[in-house]
Amino acid sequence: MKFWAKAALAILPALLLLGCGTSGEVKDEAAAEGGQASEQVSGAESAASTRGAGTDSELQGERMGGGAEEMSTTAVDPLNDPNSLLSKRVIYFDFDKSDIKDEFRDILNAHAEYLASHPSVNVTIEGHTDERGTREYNIALGERRANAVKRMLTLQGVSASQIRVISYGEERPAALGHDERAWALNRRAIIDYLR
Amino acid sequence: MPTLKKTLLSVTVLLSSLLTGAVHAALNIEITQGIEGAVPVAVVPFKWTGPEPRPPQDIAEIISSNLARSGRFEPLSARDMLARPDSDSEINFKNWRLIDSDYLVVGNIDYQGGDRYKIRFRIYDVYKGKQLDGYMMSVSGTRLRRAAHHASDIIYEALTGERGAFDTEVAYVTASGVGKQRRYTLWVADSDGYNAQALMNSSEPILSPAWSPDGKKLAYSSLEDGGHQVVFVQEVASGRRQLVSSNIGLNGAPSWSPDGKSLALSMSKDGNPEIYVIDLSSKKIRRLTRHWAIDTEPTWMPDGKSIIFTSDRGGRPQLYRVPVSGGKARRLTFEGSFNARAAVSPDGKKVAMIHRVNGAYRVAVLELETGYLRVMTDGSLDESPSFAPNGSMILYATNSGMRGVLAAVSVDGRVRQRLTVQEGDVREPAWSPFNK
Repeated sequence: MKFWAKAALAILPALLLLGCGTSGEVKDEAAAEGGQASEQVSGAESAASTRGAGTDSELQGERMGGGAEEMSTTAVDPLNDPNSLLSKRVIYFDFDKSDIKDEFRDILNAHAEYLASHPSVNVTIEGHTDERGTREYNIALGERRANAVKRMLTLQGVSASQIRVISYGEERPAALGHDERAWALNRRAIIDYLR
Repeated sequence: MPTLKKTLLSVTVLLSSLLTGAVHAALNIEITQGIEGAVPVAVVPFKWTGPEPRPPQDIAEIISSNLARSGRFEPLSARDMLARPDSDSEINFKNWRLIDSDYLVVGNIDYQGGDRYKIRFRIYDVYKGKQLDGYMMSVSGTRLRRAAHHASDIIYEALTGERGAFDTEVAYVTASGVGKQRRYTLWVADSDGYNAQALMNSSEPILSPAWSPDGKKLAYSSLEDGGHQVVFVQEVASGRRQLVSSNIGLNGAPSWSPDGKSLALSMSKDGNPEIYVIDLSSKKIRRLTRHWAIDTEPTWMPDGKSIIFTSDRGGRPQLYRVPVSGGKARRLTFEGSFNARAAVSPDGKKVAMIHRVNGAYRVAVLELETGYLRVMTDGSLDESPSFAPNGSMILYATNSGMRGVLAAVSVDGRVRQRLTVQEGDVREPAWSPFNK
């Protein structure tokens, strides 16, 4: 199992590169999220599932093959459980909107519950936009999206001091390309757990 | 209210020591649309008086390129010239009428010892057979290119009646590399793309460079330390920079007051982005807007009395105008569902902006007096318009294929240029004020 863990970690960046052509942004983000986990195996896996959910389903299929079965037996921290809603760290927004869509409420509820019961755990919420419109307006829109997520969490008992809000606007797209498919993937907020 | 942190730090100035970088970052400017019937003009190679080797800068060639790049002139090739007169020659106008040149520029470079050169030139109207202007300047070897730009400004003004903007600079940001290797660099180059110098290099995005009215400093925002947007002011000559705003939340979109004493910017320290004015010497902050919506991208009117900014207080981003002394913000744009990132023409009569039309984001210009809005460009993702200091052209960022490039369009829409770097993306252009 340890072998698989290491192998999964080792090939992850390569797979990400294969999956998304020249995109380095995707790799960045996955690495950031993968870095949060306390255990190697789970770390790689949680990054994979999070990215898979967000960007490229083929990529997810490829990666999950490696060690999904072992995962269920080792997961101790629900943050590292790929079957937990907590493994979903990215939610998406409509164009020029910052209200939380119904389909992401369960995910945010799960994070709220976890953070409220783990007051020593901190998160950074990163807001992003698609490339349309102007850069500074998009930085502001990204912040508004991150704040919308923060509000959902604090309304459910998470302390504001556990949450840091930042925005990258249109500067760090998850998907390259100038079409609605890429734009939809880029209008997002990411919940990033800090160790 | 958090106190304004003030730090003074020196940033490595990557001058021409980074030669390869400078070469890659040099802007290549091409005319993509010129004026039908551009005016033919002959700029005769300047006569060199002095020992060999002569200076590498070909003054006449630089002037010809500048005039050609304006799109309004068609310089004649030196090969077609029937004579090579200089400032001391008797001009035989027949030679120039024969090759249909409307205007003629002749000149000299005289070596004066040490590192000094004297440039003399005369401008003639070929058909009237008379001199329009004559000029002389003494410069050091390192400033010969600048002198050629200055000469171009004089010639352009003699021929068009409009002040030239060749002896100016352009600031822009390049982004290259992917993933962890992605680098953002803030550059300053001459208006013809030469002499690109890196001012600032970062792994985090650099946004919204803005020239101080004296052309000596740039304010810009940068995403530091994992996403905290802060505003710096950096001296172009020394590279020294100062952190001027790093409050909690966003600090971005700086714009200089016309007197250079204050910056307007957008900060979200009080909960959501609002427009503030910082007095640069006292560091006092004054809040100008008070609204739950996004208020950002302030830009000062040239008279210093009001500020135009982007706000989505009406549901969609539109431009608003607020008195600097405080008061009610009034909506300025009504056409279309997206109008943002205003740039005001130097005479204060036009406002360029990014305007959404049929799903595309393009540069549009609003005539303040008439309220008439004209779409100037045909891109799909245009950004960051910036006026030339003489108001003749608007420089902006656009896309070409998958790459970010710069482009420029004359305010009458007749001349178009494209500005590219050898590799990577180029964006966030800002045209400098006139050199004083």
